Amino acid sequence: MGLKIVVLAKQVPDTRNVGKDAMKADGTVNRAALPAIFNPEDLNALEQALRLKEKYEGSTVTILTMGPGRAAEIIREGMYRGADNGFLLTDRAFAGSDTLATSYALSKAIEYIGKFDVIVCGRQAIDGDTAQVGPQVAEKLNLPQITYAENIVSAENGKIVVVRRLERGVETVSGPMPMVVTVNSTAPECRPRNARRLMQFKHARTITERQESNDDYVAMYSERPYLNIQEITALDIKGDAAQLGLSGSPTKVKTIENIVFQAKESKILGTSDDEIDELMKELITNHTIG
Amino acid sequence: MNNVFVYLEIEEGIVADVSLELLTKGRSLANQLNCKLEAVAIGHNLKGLEKQVFPYGVDVLHTADDARLYPYTTQPHATILIKLFEKEKPQIALMGASSIGRDLGPRVSSALHSGLTADCTSLEIGGHEDKKAGKTYTDLLYQIRPAFGGNIVATIINPDCRPQMATVREGVMKKEIFAQNHVGKIKPIEVAEYVSETDFAVSIIERHMEKSKVNIKNSSIIVAGGYGVGSRENFKLLFDLAEVIGGEVGASRAAIDAGYADKDRQIGQTGITVRPKLYIACGISGQIQHVAGMQESAIIISINNDANAPINQLADYRINGELEEVLPKMIQFYKKNTK
Ligand SMILES: Cc1cc2nc3c(=O)[nH]c(=O)nc-3n(C[C@H](O)[C@H](O)[C@H](O)COP(=O)(O)OP(=O)(O)OC[C@H]3O[C@@H](n4cnc5c(N)ncnc54)[C@H](O)[C@@H]3O)c2cc1C
Repeated sequence: MGLKIVVLAKQVPDTRNVGKDAMKADGTVNRAALPAIFNPEDLNALEQALRLKEKYEGSTVTILTMGPGRAAEIIREGMYRGADNGFLLTDRAFAGSDTLATSYALSKAIEYIGKFDVIVCGRQAIDGDTAQVGPQVAEKLNLPQITYAENIVSAENGKIVVVRRLERGVETVSGPMPMVVTVNSTAPECRPRNARRLMQFKHARTITERQESNDDYVAMYSERPYLNIQEITALDIKGDAAQLGLSGSPTKVKTIENIVFQAKESKILGTSDDEIDELMKELITNHTIG
Repeated sequence: MNNVFVYLEIEEGIVADVSLELLTKGRSLANQLNCKLEAVAIGHNLKGLEKQVFPYGVDVLHTADDARLYPYTTQPHATILIKLFEKEKPQIALMGASSIGRDLGPRVSSALHSGLTADCTSLEIGGHEDKKAGKTYTDLLYQIRPAFGGNIVATIINPDCRPQMATVREGVMKKEIFAQNHVGKIKPIEVAEYVSETDFAVSIIERHMEKSKVNIKNSSIIVAGGYGVGSRENFKLLFDLAEVIGGEVGASRAAIDAGYADKDRQIGQTGITVRPKLYIACGISGQIQHVAGMQESAIIISINNDANAPINQLADYRINGELEEVLPKMIQFYKKNTK
């Protein structure tokens, strides 16, 4: 008997190495200049899931992502790396969700998809760094949680054993399944795409994507059902409207302010020997250093 | 009722600095709101713990003392806080943005449907007018944190849900004794009435805690490198300078993501907050998330080949140039002038 594993993944703007070109003149981010990527720690989570799948024969790995239509990209990406199937949770009703409303929607979607032994996700997403969704999903499903996983050691006989990396230490813990596990960036990197799987899944599409593209592969999708990326909506998951999107979000953004640093009166120096010599002398004399 | 609550993190009988810092902040919020400051200690052998926290202005200390509650595991601590908060109805609940606080906070906020803001860099009290709903609010907690990208700071509020919850990293708030002789009340929690067997489903098999190796927080000189440093090899220039002038090396997140420096050196909103005597920023552009962690440095030197880098606005000295050229010269002339 294999494990049923679901990986919660998010498509995020690549906030790493945000260079100057990613900023607009008014100091806000030019999202269009940032590539949309598979949230890095969700890839670490996927790798843990795939390792479990290899270890326990008959296991399946499902990707669940909430986002706009184009987030289907990361489901395909997950399939290329070894996931069996994926669900895109997408609906205008989710717009404006804070972490709590997001967690509510994800937990309802998990219940809709089916029963899982292990629910894994990255510790946090790089566009918000809140690390809240994993524990909140666990609470909503009334399941225990193990955060900051570096290695899922085993998941058998109803019990999961995990090594956790904390700020100031390491812990090995064990607990019952089903379990929600959030995975750290210190866990092993995700394997790359597999060439054979890339060929196999490159036509995987959501129904919306199929409607938007003109190519007519109807036969292909009925012959190869694994190429259907299922799209699910607020209606499917029977979400309570009051708990979804903006109205389900207790936190509100009151204001967003552009910060203009108070320019200090600063000394401007070049790199000549004399200038650096002077600077070091000054710092030593005024006891800043030395 | 409706007081300010702080969750205390306790390791080997010692209350963590981040919790004491939050007590100081909590005390000032409570004074502004004209309410009490309450602290929650969940662990084992808590007798005498009050001596550590009363001087920070704690009016009520709730203690849940049970051998099974130390070391920390998620569910029993979460269950106790959830039930305590349901009973006491705090208006504000604060915890550290630490391994523990970030594991516990979301779970509690989810159960109470109360909204939680992570990694706040500032907390203030203020009002709010919701014109659409025709409602005005007073005395809300402004949870202030840098927002994604740009030099943008967002103020988050939870108008309708309580408690208003926030996490804050160690070092962001200042810890200050309120009154050495301040005494509060101790209220023991009947642990057995709060937790059940199922809360102990996750058990710790092995545990190794270690002291952090890098001591950036307490260093009076910091040489910090950004993405502009360009490589791990080039970071050696920073280590060399730091060694000669007696400092520590810090890094921006972009430098860490690129693999030039280790994670425990990250300075900023989601790293460490520092207030050194001297901060030398090498190849760092100065995005708000970084600046949030270093803007209170006494003297800032920026070495950047872009004269318009935002960090230059904060700098006492701007060196326009390539850091590869400047850093060796700083070492050379420091040595020459201290001979
Ligand atoms: C939720 C969230 C949390 C974050 N938390 C943090 C945090 O805690 N800490 C943090 O630092 N960032 C954080 N960030 C990232 C932050 O937004 C910036 O991306 C990051 O700080 C940029 O780092 P940087 O200045 O090193 O890189 P860049 O912005 O790429 O700047 C590089 C600089 O180097 C200069 N340069 C290049 N070559 C040279 C040279 N040879 N000599 C001199 N100068 C040179 C360039 O002119 C430029 O100014 C966070 C982002 C998000 C979304």
